[in-house]
Amino acid sequence: MSSETVIATFYVFILAAFLGYQVISRVPPLLHTPLMSATNAISGISLVGSLVTAGAHQTTVSAVLGFVAVVCSTTNVVGGFVITDRMLKMFKRKATPPTKKSED
Amino acid sequence: MKTYFIEFSYLLASILFILGLRGLSHPETARRGMHLAEFGMVTAVIGTLLQREIISYEWIIAGLLLGSTIGLAMGIWVPMTAMPQRTALSHAFGALAASLVGVSEYYLHGAKLGEFRMGALGFEVLLGSLTTTGSLVAFAKLQGLVPGTPFTYKGQNIFNLSLLAVTIGCFLVLFFNPGTAVLFYLMLGLAFIFGILLVLPIGAADMPVVIALLNSYAGLASAATGFAISNNVLIIAGTLDGGSGFILSIVMCKAMNRSITNVLFGAFGSVSTATATTGGGDMREANAEDVAVQLAYARQAVFVPGYGMATAQAQHALRELANALEDRGVTVKYAIHPVAGRMPGHMNVLLAEANVPYSQLYELDHINPEFPSTDIAVVIGANDVVNTAARDNANSPIAGMPILEVDKAKLVVVLKRGRGKGFSGLDNPLFYKANCEMLYGDAKESIVRLTQAVHEA
Repeated sequence: MSSETVIATFYVFILAAFLGYQVISRVPPLLHTPLMSATNAISGISLVGSLVTAGAHQTTVSAVLGFVAVVCSTTNVVGGFVITDRMLKMFKRKATPPTKKSED
Repeated sequence: MKTYFIEFSYLLASILFILGLRGLSHPETARRGMHLAEFGMVTAVIGTLLQREIISYEWIIAGLLLGSTIGLAMGIWVPMTAMPQRTALSHAFGALAASLVGVSEYYLHGAKLGEFRMGALGFEVLLGSLTTTGSLVAFAKLQGLVPGTPFTYKGQNIFNLSLLAVTIGCFLVLFFNPGTAVLFYLMLGLAFIFGILLVLPIGAADMPVVIALLNSYAGLASAATGFAISNNVLIIAGTLDGGSGFILSIVMCKAMNRSITNVLFGAFGSVSTATATTGGGDMREANAEDVAVQLAYARQAVFVPGYGMATAQAQHALRELANALEDRGVTVKYAIHPVAGRMPGHMNVLLAEANVPYSQLYELDHINPEFPSTDIAVVIGANDVVNTAARDNANSPIAGMPILEVDKAKLVVVLKRGRGKGFSGLDNPLFYKANCEMLYGDAKESIVRLTQAVHEA
């Protein structure tokens, strides 16, 4: 791997870390559980690596390892997004039947 | 041309992931944000399937189908109360995937790997493996398959640290001699064992920190995969995940006034047994009818949920009690401590499930000034987060932990399963205060009784 590529890769990493800090510190504690399942689903992008391992079919061993990795990452991606959406659907600003009388 | 298309799909996915997470800064934009992220994921997967290296699709299709089935089943049927376990399990899956890709890369290329790729691969396999087993132990503890109490023995920290040192030693040798396959597999095995030993001594009450930390490791393992196969979208998504877990673990640690090292190596529960004296007095037992009258005629009532609400599945019953109170003109608020429950944000999700509007959920800093003007505070299966020893007793193991100051309310009612000391084994001076009453029994049943009594009051 050329040294340019290595350096470019580190640039991407560091910039992503800064950006991540900015974006994530703005998430309110209210949404910390959905945040965790969302980032989990997103990091299921390692599926990309797993797919190549499973599909390149260089040896049976690598294909089997890749297959297990594809199953694991897909579970995370699909499960993570479904659960995150299920959770986010529940957060409402107001109660459905508004029954708030403060003082009479 | 095709390469450009593939790289563009990754770039698009990266942008959509970032926009998706940005959506999470507000509940109203959150769902739309997640849809963007989902679209990004689909784009990246399609891009990948076009890659030249991929020559056969049987394993891929089988894996995608099986994974989607498991994921969908989990996504639909896992109850909200089981969210901490689910999260721990998904960290294990994510980390295992990263680790396996790393093993396969090493198996195929071994000695031909350059220093840079070997380094990235080493990180990937090391973090991936220890996170896999560590998360599985966390899962077992949260699911109750293994007792939640810390598992400790003499010389544990020294043993664990030596094991870690040997593992890192293997990594360093490999870095300079990628060809020594024995060391690679030794490192893999040791990392698996270290993961187990790392989480075993940690008590259930410290799980919010541990889950956040494992979240961070799983993300970093993905990022390392990105380095190893030089894929930018993997680096970006992995770093976002790793960073998010890291920020959350810091938030959790601050909320307990402890350092990460203390959580990992402190074995909390074992220390606390020595210092569990509060001097005495009696705990006063309340009866539900009296409490209901107090609630019904209060101007403001604050509910403080803890893990006990989750285990008793009492959130829906609580919402009904709150409805009954609001119908009578009582202002109802919920006070949420950052480490209440077993994972960050656990209580918020459960209350949202019970249809409690999030405008009624208050964070520590916002609700504490309100307790002096609160007529009645009801603590539901929470202990440490309202333990006044943290504020008043400098020798307490939880000294300095910010608490919800329910003792400043005119009356505090604590719903508790029994007279025991709860998960952390700590005594709570709050329970002996003159304005505090105890209502024993299953939280859900107690709340249902309160609701009936409020209707009759």
